[in-house]
Amino acid sequence: MSALSIKNVWKEYGDQIVLEDVSIEIASRAFVALVGPSGCGKSTFLRMLLGQETQTKGKILLDGEPLPKEPGPDRGVVFQRYSVFPHLTVLGNVMFGKELQASRFAGRLFGAARRAVEEEARAMIAAVGLMGSENKYPAQLSGGMQQRLALAQALIMRPKVLLLDEPFGALDPGIRAEIHTLMKKLWHEAPMTVVMVTHDMREAFTLGTRVVAFERPRDRPEEKLRYGATITKDITIWPPRQAGVPSIFRPDRDGPVSSKGQ
Amino acid sequence: MRWINSRPANGTRLALALLPFVLVLIAYAIGSAERLAENPNDKLLPGLTGFADAINRMAFVPEARTGSYLLWVDTLASLQRLGAGLAIATAIALLLGLVIGILPYARALLSPFVGAISMVPPLALLPILFIVMGLGETSKIALIAIGVTPIMIRDLALKAIELPREMIVKAETLSASSWQIALRVVLPQILPRLITCLRLQLGPAWLFLIAAEAISADSGLGYRIFLVRRYLSMDVIFPYVIWITLLAVATDILLDRLRIAVFPWSELEKGK
Repeated sequence: MSALSIKNVWKEYGDQIVLEDVSIEIASRAFVALVGPSGCGKSTFLRMLLGQETQTKGKILLDGEPLPKEPGPDRGVVFQRYSVFPHLTVLGNVMFGKELQASRFAGRLFGAARRAVEEEARAMIAAVGLMGSENKYPAQLSGGMQQRLALAQALIMRPKVLLLDEPFGALDPGIRAEIHTLMKKLWHEAPMTVVMVTHDMREAFTLGTRVVAFERPRDRPEEKLRYGATITKDITIWPPRQAGVPSIFRPDRDGPVSSKGQ
Repeated sequence: MRWINSRPANGTRLALALLPFVLVLIAYAIGSAERLAENPNDKLLPGLTGFADAINRMAFVPEARTGSYLLWVDTLASLQRLGAGLAIATAIALLLGLVIGILPYARALLSPFVGAISMVPPLALLPILFIVMGLGETSKIALIAIGVTPIMIRDLALKAIELPREMIVKAETLSASSWQIALRVVLPQILPRLITCLRLQLGPAWLFLIAAEAISADSGLGYRIFLVRRYLSMDVIFPYVIWITLLAVATDILLDRLRIAVFPWSELEKGK
């Protein structure tokens, strides 16, 4: 289970109110797409779910427990850039989390323990379609492959919640369609809730079970400082998508088709 | 075609690279020949035979009094001091740079202090070092270390702070502790910079070494240059200067090769 419950959350930077009174219940295994104009605080909201920032007021609960004040392995993340480590190979990047978890002092594994993790990592690399690139460094990969790597690196930790901050924003449309197919497959297979910030409406409606819009209800220049953004639209995709359940519908006519549900 | 877009071919590039060296040599040869024509005993610009004699005397003939080969004794003494000074500087810079770069508390404590210390002119401290540590090896090594450490600390700390926050957050979501982030995320990414930083500090390190040797030593490349200055022995000084330059250039190239060999990814990341 991995349900998120956000209750009356406010975020202020000094006098500037960024988010006001945001409340939303996110069911376990949902795929929530956050959309909205630039600077409306959706990335700030995501960083609060991540634990990188703390809310000024209100509560964020994961499975009924308050979120820890810093990022941890229960919440995975993929950013638009800098999500992978340039000094590690593809294999090293994917094994990294497991190595850190198992070896608290050296942060490295050797022998049989390493081989076990390596096997798991290779399976994960295959699952995101990066076979054959195990020994390459991120600088030798294309943008799309780097994001696949970032997904594999996050997912091997089996996070309860996967947070995506415009992960596919910098990719060209063809590559983006391919990675959407992969993203759906991963969401169907891994027991996790996904929250994704995006600027691309089509991406939001292609991938999400629910599209949530952040906006500033009061946006006159003199109001900007004292009134923040909040949730103005909350659209549940119909026909409903459910993780792990194939769907007979194809809601996105031009989009990629995956074997399991749309 | 615009000048900014025309590039030399490989052969031309080599010729262009050699040209300034050749020009300097020719200028020297002309000057030297003119002076020697006027006065065969001229000491200021000795000819090639003069250099050959001096190099042979310093490098390949044992000195009459001690039986040692002076150039090699001097080189060994200087390189030992330089190596010790740079090793100490590197170790301190790596440790403090890493800590300042990672921990906000350490940054608050140490960053202004290191910033102030790095503004103290190291040569002004030389008399203090000689008084406190005596005229032996310690004070010379200390001068090199004091001279280059603060700048290396600041450089490495800046590099560590510059690492994208996303990377650190990502490591946290992979269950990394502060220690693991230091050891496996930040340290490996500042090590290539450490080598580059060391290369840039070679020049200042030689400067401090020669300054210290000039004032008090009984061997060393800087000591020899300042010793023979009394006899206007340009035939010894010039080869020594060229030898020091060669040593510094070779170290510089070797360090860069080392970086590429040990951290191949750092070369791939260049220009990104």
